[in-house]
Amino acid sequence: MQTEELITLITSLAPDQKPGISKQYPEFILPAEKLHEVAKTLKENPQTKMDYLFSLTASDRKDGLNVIYHLTSTEYPHTVVFRVILADKENPMVATVSDLWSGAEYLEREVFDLFGIKFENHPDLRRLFLDDEWVGYPLRKDYKDSFIFER
Amino acid sequence: MYDFTPFIESITSYLNENLSPFWAGLISMVLLGVGILLFYAVLGLYLVYAERKICARMQNRMGPNRVGPGGIFQTIADLIKLLLKELIYIRNADSLLFNIAPFIVIVASIMAIGAIPFAKGLQAVDLNIGVLYILAISSMGVIGILIAGWASNSKYSVIGAMRSGAQVISYELSVGLALLGIITFAGSMQFSEIIASQEDGWWIFKGHIPAMIAFVIFLIAGTAETNRGPFDLAEAESELTAGFHTEYSGIKFAFFFLAEYMNMFIIAAVATTLWLGGWLPFHLFRWGAFNTVMDFIPPVFWFFGKAAFVIYLMMWFKWTFPRLRIDQLLALEWKYLLPINLMNLILIAFLTLMKWHF
Amino acid sequence: MEATLLDFDLRDKEEYIINMGPQHPSTHGVLRFEVCLQGEQIKYLRPHCGYIHRGIEKMSEALTYPQLIHLTDRMDYLSAHINNEAVALCVENAMGVEVSDRVKYIRTILAELSRIASHQLWWCAFGMDLGALTTFFYGLRDREHILDIFEETTGSRLTQSFITPGGLMADVHPNFQKRIKEFITYFRKKLPEYDQLLTGNIIFRERTHGIGVMSKEVAIDYGVTGPSGRGSGFTCDIRKIAPYSAYPFVKFNEITLSEGDTYSRYVVRIKEMWESLNILEQLVDNIPQGPTMLELKAVKAPKGEYYQRVETARGELGVYIVSDGGPSPARIHYRTPNFSNLFVINKLAKGHKIADLVAISGSLDLVIPDIDR
Repeated sequence: MQTEELITLITSLAPDQKPGISKQYPEFILPAEKLHEVAKTLKENPQTKMDYLFSLTASDRKDGLNVIYHLTSTEYPHTVVFRVILADKENPMVATVSDLWSGAEYLEREVFDLFGIKFENHPDLRRLFLDDEWVGYPLRKDYKDSFIFER
Repeated sequence: MYDFTPFIESITSYLNENLSPFWAGLISMVLLGVGILLFYAVLGLYLVYAERKICARMQNRMGPNRVGPGGIFQTIADLIKLLLKELIYIRNADSLLFNIAPFIVIVASIMAIGAIPFAKGLQAVDLNIGVLYILAISSMGVIGILIAGWASNSKYSVIGAMRSGAQVISYELSVGLALLGIITFAGSMQFSEIIASQEDGWWIFKGHIPAMIAFVIFLIAGTAETNRGPFDLAEAESELTAGFHTEYSGIKFAFFFLAEYMNMFIIAAVATTLWLGGWLPFHLFRWGAFNTVMDFIPPVFWFFGKAAFVIYLMMWFKWTFPRLRIDQLLALEWKYLLPINLMNLILIAFLTLMKWHF
Repeated sequence: MEATLLDFDLRDKEEYIINMGPQHPSTHGVLRFEVCLQGEQIKYLRPHCGYIHRGIEKMSEALTYPQLIHLTDRMDYLSAHINNEAVALCVENAMGVEVSDRVKYIRTILAELSRIASHQLWWCAFGMDLGALTTFFYGLRDREHILDIFEETTGSRLTQSFITPGGLMADVHPNFQKRIKEFITYFRKKLPEYDQLLTGNIIFRERTHGIGVMSKEVAIDYGVTGPSGRGSGFTCDIRKIAPYSAYPFVKFNEITLSEGDTYSRYVVRIKEMWESLNILEQLVDNIPQGPTMLELKAVKAPKGEYYQRVETARGELGVYIVSDGGPSPARIHYRTPNFSNLFVINKLAKGHKIADLVAISGSLDLVIPDIDR
């Protein structure tokens, strides 16, 4: 599917999507509540068939915590990037996609561990790398602990 | 020509002439015990060294080569190290059973040595049920392994011990049936008589193909009995870290280690005695001169040479084969070895009955 | 709540839990499997990681791009060159510069050499996992030749940090081509020994056939890439999907098998070694002349977000850079192959014996620092 068709499809699903900044892949900024629906459609639509989630990560930006999904298809050569911006840093919430891609379960756990983003309906949302008692989320920009020193 | 019987008898008669029967018996027993223990320790260390050298050769390595010429004192240095090492006590282990287990294992293998004929007359006791005795004693070792696994209070140990239990119970059958074939041929369970029956040819040659099948099965089952690779599931390093002896350290670990090598020697010795003619020299039919030359080599050399060959075979497949899985191990025994063995035994009985063996 | 040793429910069901790791001979690093067993049968399995988490992503945010190259060596230390290359490519794409053909060729040669070295080490360790101890020495014997080539050119054997944004740290050693050609002829002779020692062995076949079967759907679902994914028929070779460096110039086959069991994952890796030798042969004689380093004033990625996919010895490595235009990234994320390859193990090992778990985790070829980062 060409980029234009993808844009039309996604706009029809989520009218308030915005194009993202990336020039490498077609990128869409989706509202958090629409993400799961769009992802599900793109996975199940026989014309898109986005069955391979090759990256799920987050970053801490000025406009809030971004969750970035890189999707591609094993049948078609198209790739798409979704971005969900969560402005609420106290209690960031987004629906899980682990029911669509099993691999996302652990990628989401990693994001939860390091960014504190909660994934709704996640089957097993625990810290992955750090201790369960760890305070704070290390990959946030405002994270402070005694091991970090400023140069 | 090289008969040890007069030598042994002269010692016995000397003791009996000079001492009361009680003291004579006691002193001969002490002499025998010390002899066997010394032999056990030296041979065990030598076998460890041999295994390390052989496996090094197979793996493009040098093996031990620093302590002494060619590294021959390496295992002695290792033994000293193990003697000096701390014995770790496990807090929740059953201390009595935990401490007794290595001794059960090692005592079982020491006792088995007593019945092995090294040369004519060089045998501690020539029991009339020698084969049965060795079978019975050598399978006692597994009790020590089970106790060790259970008493260590470690799950790896328990799994290892249970595997070992299942393994020995199964393979004991094959060992027994394979031995039974030769007992049928020779018509005796006494080692000296079995050897005497091979004066005109070893059973592996005289017994046609059934004897060879029995020999191969005995080698496989014997390797499994001693918990050596590819049947080393009880201590499967990559799954159970060290299996039943995970929690042992120092000299107690060394006991398990030595016992493994000595059990290998016992299996090799039994195979030598029953199939390869024990201490008898190699004779070729009607080659008088050759046979006379062979006779000059002392029987002790023949015995140890043949045993070393069998041990080398066992080491060879330990270092080239991957390990079996527990269900495959049991399937191999119950589905393949046991039926083949039973058929083979019937065949051997038939051959013996018809006197078709040479 | 995690089940503990005192979980009495388990005792009633005759189940018990074993912790394999963090120190265990066959986890190849500090990984812990919480294995629930019934007898020897695995009821469920949970991987626990984080024992060697060093926060490479956090650290990299304070380092410049040429500096953070050195941290990538420490992720999948067996494909260090490929990790370096991924970051270098990502930064070069961001800056809109292109390196000379000479650099591309040398990068690809180094990448293929480290792929062979990595598969060799995997072969050693896989044999060990199955109890065949001799394989270890055969594999290491041949790996030594590759490490010698690396040492001569880059000055180090494991964590080379040779490929850097803009080119290479230095030009290759004059012996480079000669020694690679020697290695190709040498290894072509030695590789059949691998088959003789392990592949044809009946016990080995019995241990691996039909064990840990992963369907293509599961592989895609979990994102299992690399030889493990290709063993299930998942065509995921980034060298084919999105060619980079000198891969557009060479002819090679992507090896895929459809069985998806431990044995097919094994065969894929053995065949990949042959294929890598072919790639090396095509490249080694044709290294063009040219500069090995671009004249860059400063290595700064313009504001934006960049993603680069490369194929390491274990699968797809993705580098995701978020830049604010400074000399260091605002956020750098590594999508590492082992992370995705690890978590499928619960699905593969369930219902098998504990000995099969070792075989399966060996066939997935896990490098733990790559999972934990």
